Amino acid sequence: MLRTGISVPLSGDGEFHVPSIGEFFPGGLLFIGTPFEMSRINLIMVLMTAVLVVFFGLAFAKPRFVPSKVQNTAELGLDFVRVNIAEEIIGHDGHKFVGYLTTLFFMIFAFNITSIIPGLQIAATSTIAVPFMLAMLSYFVFNAAGMSANGVVGYLKANLFPPGLPIPIYFLVTPIELVATFVLRPITLTIRLLANMMAGHLLLVLFFSATHFMVFGLDGVLKIFGLASFAAGFAFTLFEVLVAFLQAYIFTMLTAVYISGAVAEEH
Amino acid sequence: MSILALVSEISGNLNSIGYGLGTLGPGIGIGMLVGKALEGMSRQPEAAGTLRTNMILGIAFTEALSLIGLVAGLLFT
Repeated sequence: MLRTGISVPLSGDGEFHVPSIGEFFPGGLLFIGTPFEMSRINLIMVLMTAVLVVFFGLAFAKPRFVPSKVQNTAELGLDFVRVNIAEEIIGHDGHKFVGYLTTLFFMIFAFNITSIIPGLQIAATSTIAVPFMLAMLSYFVFNAAGMSANGVVGYLKANLFPPGLPIPIYFLVTPIELVATFVLRPITLTIRLLANMMAGHLLLVLFFSATHFMVFGLDGVLKIFGLASFAAGFAFTLFEVLVAFLQAYIFTMLTAVYISGAVAEEH
Repeated sequence: MSILALVSEISGNLNSIGYGLGTLGPGIGIGMLVGKALEGMSRQPEAAGTLRTNMILGIAFTEALSLIGLVAGLLFT
C-alpha cells in the first residue's frame, strides 16, 4: 500500500488502516531508477516553487503606483515579514535580513499549505530534508551575522561567557550555552516544523480513514460516529491552515530572534 | 507482582504512553504561558502586540519538547 506512488490509506475492504510513518516515504513517480527519482513529495516541492515564482512574477513584473489586486496581496505579505518580523525583532539592522526572512517565510508557508490542498494532501515540509536544510541555512546565517558584527572571538565570548558572573559559575554556564546555542537551535528548528506538519497530516488521515471505516465497515447506529469523525476532519483541516501559517511565522521569527541575539552589541 | 513482571505483561505500543507523558509538561507550560500573557494584555491593552509576539515565541519553545516526544515515539519503535 505504502510503496505505490500515491499512497492510498483507504482501501475498499472495510478494515481500519492506521496511518503510519510510511505515509511520508512514498515511492518514486518520475525518473524511477535514476539518482533523480522523484516521489510525490518532491513533485509537490517543484510545483509549489513554480507557484511562488509565478505569483511574485505576476505581482512585481510591472509594479504600478496604484497596485493591482495580485500586487496588493503580495505587498501585504512582504510588508508583514518586513514590519512584523524583521523590524520588530531585529530593529534597525533588520533591513539587511529582510530578503532571507521573506524567502524563508513564503517558502515554508507554500510548502506547508500543501497539506490541505486537495490532490496534494501532504506538506512538503513533513519529510525531514526540507526543515533540516532550512534550519542549517538559518544556523549559517545567524552565526555568520554574529561573527561579522562582533568578530569571531567577540561573538563566541558573548555567547559562551555571558559577562558579570562569578568565575566558578562559568563551569556550569558555558557547556549549557554551548549546547543550547550551537547544537540544539538547529535541531529544535528542524523538529518543530517537521513534527507539526507530520502530526497534522497523520491527524487528518486518521480522521478520514476512521470516517471511511465507520461508515462502510460498521453496522446500523454506529455509522453516526462516522459523521462526527468527518466533521472533526473538516475542523482540523481548517486548523491546519492556521498551523501552516503559524509554523512559517514561528520559523521565520525564531531565525530573526537568533540573528538579533547574534548581532547584538556586547554589554 | 514486581514492577518488571508488570511491564512485561503490558502489550501494545508503549510509545503512546511515553508520548502521553511527554505532553504533560508542555501542556501545563503553554496553559500558564498563554494565561499570563492574556492577563498582561487585559491589564495593559496597548502592550498587546509585543505580548502576543513574545507569547508565540514562548509557545514555540515550550511545545518543542512535546514534539520531540512525538518524533521519538515514531522513531524508536
